[in-house]
Amino acid sequence: MPDFMRHMLVIVAPLVAAFAILPGVYDNHLLLFNFVIFLILAQGVNIIYGFTGYLPFGYVGFFGAGAYGFAIAVMHLHTPAPVAVLAAGAVGVLLGLLLTPLLRLSGAYFAIANLAAALAVLHFVANPALEQITKGPYGVALNGTFNPTLAYTGAVIILTLTLAFVVFLKNSSFGLALQAVREDAVSAAMAGVNVVRMRVIAWLASALVAGLAGGVFAWYVSVFYPDNVFSNDFSIFAIVFALFGGVATITGPIVGVVILYGIYNLIGFTTPQYFQLIYGVLIMALVLFLPAGLVSLATRRGWNVP
Amino acid sequence: MSPEPAPILAVNGLVKRFGGFHALDGVSFHVSAGEILGLVGPNGSGKTTTINVISGLYAPDGGTLTYDGASIGGLASHKLVHRGINRTFQIPKPFLSLTVRQNVEVALAYGRAEIAPPRLSDLLEQYHLADLADRPAADLNSSQQKMLDLVRALATRPRLLLLDELAAGLNPTELDWIAGHVRALAQSGLAIIVVEHLMGFIEQITDRVIVMNAGKDIFEGPLAVAVKVPQVIEVFLGGDHGV
Repeated sequence: MPDFMRHMLVIVAPLVAAFAILPGVYDNHLLLFNFVIFLILAQGVNIIYGFTGYLPFGYVGFFGAGAYGFAIAVMHLHTPAPVAVLAAGAVGVLLGLLLTPLLRLSGAYFAIANLAAALAVLHFVANPALEQITKGPYGVALNGTFNPTLAYTGAVIILTLTLAFVVFLKNSSFGLALQAVREDAVSAAMAGVNVVRMRVIAWLASALVAGLAGGVFAWYVSVFYPDNVFSNDFSIFAIVFALFGGVATITGPIVGVVILYGIYNLIGFTTPQYFQLIYGVLIMALVLFLPAGLVSLATRRGWNVP
Repeated sequence: MSPEPAPILAVNGLVKRFGGFHALDGVSFHVSAGEILGLVGPNGSGKTTTINVISGLYAPDGGTLTYDGASIGGLASHKLVHRGINRTFQIPKPFLSLTVRQNVEVALAYGRAEIAPPRLSDLLEQYHLADLADRPAADLNSSQQKMLDLVRALATRPRLLLLDELAAGLNPTELDWIAGHVRALAQSGLAIIVVEHLMGFIEQITDRVIVMNAGKDIFEGPLAVAVKVPQVIEVFLGGDHGV
């Protein structure tokens, strides 16, 4: 699979190398960490939305569940942090399995049901009756595992694996079949594709990615409340970043995160009013003129964007 | 009349209801390898529903579907495809954002053809899509999209092929050309069921037709005979034409 190796070398390797080196030359490590988290989440949205067409408006549900999966593994099972991150991924997948019936819905109905599901998980976790297990609304403090340097490394590893999976989707008949399902499920079945199984695999892969991201996020910040890790800003940012760059590509979500999250950090804190104005205008312009994202500027000209 | 081979597909008393409406109300027919069977009848008589049930889009509510000696009623479409049943659609349904080549590649990769499927380049060449191979399917006109539907179906190497109004919208030259292709496919051993309104096309390619009305089969035999049967004339032209 020569294209697979080429995409890994040309796109994934430089990006990962940059995020491996940057902490040595740039002091705002939290910002770098957040970049990595959004790169992961935007690719997670890419997997489910770009390749299957399901818009996960409650994507943060998996992220928050992962964060709490990490916290519970550390607090109650006393596992080492890396194992707890894996547990977070497993929690994401379990929640994904629980929510597979949502895949019977389509379009806006799926998006709304997914949003509702994320809220349900939030209120479940934040329920004071579960204080013994989740610490309810009072938040968790995981002092024992606090290690931002290692957590950052973990996040970069998860980013690498996520990108490798997207590169695989982009270059395999598996990814092609997923896109076929997105385009027309009946025709995909007539090409011999098991539509239900493909959707479930993509859905669970996407849930795994968000669960792992949530776990590593919990590791990094170590103190958080349900409202932090279930904030729907995560869903919206990840979706907007992915759409802005262009889904069903490897580079689109990366470009989206770098540009939009870059702008957000340049002006979002200093002059929030301008930020909101610029953000709003950018998103409207995108929807009106470039619904397929920035990469469509190139694909319209017939250039193949990986 | 030469002895008929065992049918590859036997449809017996097939029933499909949508709510209280009986779209299919006991349809029976059979088709053999190498044969082209026409399904004709007025709009709403259940031709497309028949095809949809055979190809697994709908599960039947009654009756039996026997393919290759096994009951296939209610099996999922992709499983039927793996067993060698495929189809085209009245309104073509390609994967619009994928290239023509990718459209076919999906079927080659997932069709699980029992015998090695035809080569992609040959298929595209045969159905005049070779020059468009790297264009998105959305760029194709509707008759090209119909050909792409057909090529995708052929890439899974079907033994039973269902063609739903393949000829509608084609010009006379294209009609002759595609009729030749369909006959050649039958000669290579495929069983083909053709749903069609164009009687000229039906006459050109079918050995036998089933005339359907209101979810039932009302005639079976050559088209030339069908057009002389009063009951058939009645459903096509309305009653009382004094024939």
